Parts: sequence; structure tokens; C-alpha cells
Amino acid sequence: MKSSRLSLSLCIAFWGSASAWAGQAQVAVAANFAEPIKAVAAVLEKTTGHTLAITVGSTGKLYAQIKNGAPFDVLLAADRATPERLEKEGDAVTGTRFTYATGKLALWSADAKRVDAEGKVLNNPNLGKVSYANPKLAPYGAATVEVMNKLGLTAALTPKLVQGESIGQAYTFVYSGNADVGFVALSQLLEGGKLKSGSMWVVPQALYSPIQQDAVLLKKASDNAAARALIQLLQSPNIKDLIRSYGYDI
Amino acid sequence: MLTNFLTPSDWQTLTLTLQVAALTTGALLVLGTPLAWWLAHSRSWFKQPVTVLVAMPLVLPPAVLGFYLLVLMGPHGPIGQWTQAMGLGVLPFTFAGLVVASTVYSMPFMVQPLHNAFEALGKRPLEVAASLRSSPMDSFVHVVLPLCRPAFITGTVMSFAHTMGEFGVVLMVGGNIPGVTRVVSVQIYDHVEAMEYGDAHRLSAILLVFSFAVLLLLYSYNARLRRKVGT
Repeated sequence: MKSSRLSLSLCIAFWGSASAWAGQAQVAVAANFAEPIKAVAAVLEKTTGHTLAITVGSTGKLYAQIKNGAPFDVLLAADRATPERLEKEGDAVTGTRFTYATGKLALWSADAKRVDAEGKVLNNPNLGKVSYANPKLAPYGAATVEVMNKLGLTAALTPKLVQGESIGQAYTFVYSGNADVGFVALSQLLEGGKLKSGSMWVVPQALYSPIQQDAVLLKKASDNAAARALIQLLQSPNIKDLIRSYGYDI
Repeated sequence: MLTNFLTPSDWQTLTLTLQVAALTTGALLVLGTPLAWWLAHSRSWFKQPVTVLVAMPLVLPPAVLGFYLLVLMGPHGPIGQWTQAMGLGVLPFTFAGLVVASTVYSMPFMVQPLHNAFEALGKRPLEVAASLRSSPMDSFVHVVLPLCRPAFITGTVMSFAHTMGEFGVVLMVGGNIPGVTRVVSVQIYDHVEAMEYGDAHRLSAILLVFSFAVLLLLYSYNARLRRKVGT
């Protein structure tokens, strides 16, 4: 009984893997793109049979891991500088860099009434902790610093700031109620184009430099069909619509 | 010389970490001693579950411990509600919160050696002391403390060293605030992520040397003690 079940599952496994000559690519993904990449992976698997193994982290950490031999095939960074640097340093395939999304910064609270449509809550003296991503490591954190400077609120907000190592953690701090509000990526807040929960202010683009996010094919993957298929897919019109539904410009 | 070797911000994380470790060790001596005593002498059914709870931080991933502490100590968690009702605010992202989290995290390193020592000691020395009209406090200070000194030293040193190297829990509940919750392990992590490998090396080397020296001292002390007992 046991052995027949085992051989049956082995058959299914072989049949499954042989059916589409499908390969796998390991993708390193910036934390803000953690949700969209799952949807992209589903489309990729449906249309080509290729699957993705996804690793999420801050762009800085992913860079350090790639430099130290991490087996990634594609990097979806949260900035332009990191993929460019990898290309210059010979770790990425020349000419494969492109912008797959332009991210937007949002101020968010888990409380549905906390954040107003103009972000006035930042001037509220009762404002509790404000979470953001480490500006040294995450472009959304650096954008937050720009916004605070432009609004002239740096001195007032500094004692309230708490840092997550990525915007994923900045989000967790707000979600668990430990931070009153937090600067996160709009993409973390939307589902099907709508706010999932709480209240938010989409920070006007004039307050920070655009967060252009580039993808690049890494050296190790130059002949990986799954990785190349992903790069192609990310540039197709349908996927661009999907990416837009998470609040990105593209 | 060390001040030139490290940047001011690295220096700050190092002194902050030493403060957290010292306060945590102090808290563990105060809380862990009666707890270990109770564990060694109680016959309550409650004893085994408590022993297991104390040992949990040894096997749980620090991320699990940190995550639960973040939720429990947060404004909606039971501990958070309690601290707020007491007018203390909430603990995450504060220095006090870091000490509380570290105390939970390092608890087994203090309680287990004491528990074992108290058990090995048994009740006999205390009964003899009591028959000589020594008060329980007197007996503890003049009989238990000297006889269990190696366990107190082991517990203190291990708790201190273990808290110095704490990372996952702090990352979860700390919020990486300079001078408040940015400890040395988180600073090293940030240096590595930001590709500041030189800074990462310097701080890491200090921790490596520190840990080696502390354990060497402790082990030589214990070995000397065993020789003394042996002869």
C-alpha cells in the first residue's frame, strides 16, 4: 500500500516535471515587491511552466548576498543604483537592466481614522511612534528622509522614529500597533487597487525623488531559460497592468 | 586607542549593549534566584511546566520569541495593556523593553545552573543551620551562597555574554534607535548590509575576542575549582 502510493507520487512528479521542460529561477526581490512577485510568478508558471524561488529582503542585503555568492538568477531591486553597480562590477549581464516599476511612498496607520488625506497627522502633537525603513539600506527609507526634510518635520519627528530593517518590518511595526503610523510602500497596502485596511496618505511625488526600481539578469543565469522568461514577462503590457494595480507607475 | 579604532556610533552601540547586558544580568540574579530555589524545592505539579517554560528560549528561534514579545508587549497585547494601565506606556522600541526581552531570552542561562546547584545542595545544610537557630535569610547568605558560588558565577557570566550577542529578539522589538535600542549585533548586521565591511570586521572582532576571553576565564575558574574539590 505504502510503496504503491510512493510509486504513484513519483510517477506524478516525473510527469509533472517533464510536461513542459520547465525550469526554475531564483529571484531576489526587494521587500516592497513581495506581493506583486507572487502574482507575476503565477502568470509565469501558467504561461511557460517555469517556476520561481523567491527570496525577499532589503536591496542592500540582497546586494551583499549576491556579492558573496548567493545563487540568485534575477534581482528585482528597489533602486537603480544597485543593479547598475552589479553590472559595472561584472556580476550582472550587460544590457539586461530595465525599470520594472516606479514605487510610491505612503503613510499608513492600521487605524481606519488615523491618517487624513493630506498627511496632517504628522503635525499632530499626539502622534506616537513613526516607523520607516532603514534609509541606509532601503530606498523607501531614503525617500522618507527626503519627505521629512521637505516638510520641515525632521526635528519634530526624529524622537518618534523607529527603524525597520526593510519596509516589510516597517509595515509589521504599524500592523502590530507598536507604531502609530509608518512610511511604507503603497504596494504593501493595496490589493486589487484598493486599500486593504487602515488609513493612508499617498505622499505626493513632489516631496521625494522617484523610486525607480530596476531589474537585472545576474551573470550566473545568462543561459537560464526561466530567468530570461521572467525578464521578458516583466516587460509585457499585461504584466505592467498587473504591476500598476499594486500602486506602481510604469 | 579604542576610541579611534571605532567610530562614535559604533562606540555608542557597544556601551549601550554593555548596559543592557549588565542590567539584564542584575534582573536575572534578582528574579532567577528565587525561581531556581522554588524549582529545586517545590513538589507542585506546576513545577515541570515552569521548568520547560524557562528552557524554551534555548530551543525557540529568537525570531519567534521576538515576534511574540512584540505582539504581547504592543499596545493591543496583554502585557502592553497592563503597562499602559500602570502609566508606563508600551515597551517595544524602549531601552526598558530591551532589558525585559533580554531577561526572558537569557533566563535559562541563569536559572538552569542555579536550579542544578540548589538541587545538589539538598535540604540538609539548611536544616543543620536552622537547628543552630540561623534564620532562613542568614542561612541563605552564609550557607547557600558560598556553597553555590560556582553556579552563581556561571549563571552571571553566561547570562551577560549571551545578552551581549543577542540579535533576533532585538531586531524584532528594538526598532534600531541610536542610543536607545541599537545594540552591537544589529549595528554589525547594518554594516554588512550597507557593505561597510571594515566597520563590520572591527566590531565583530571585538565581540569574538570578548566571548573567547570570558569563556576562557570561566572555564579555567571551573577547572581550578574541580581540582580543589578533587584533592
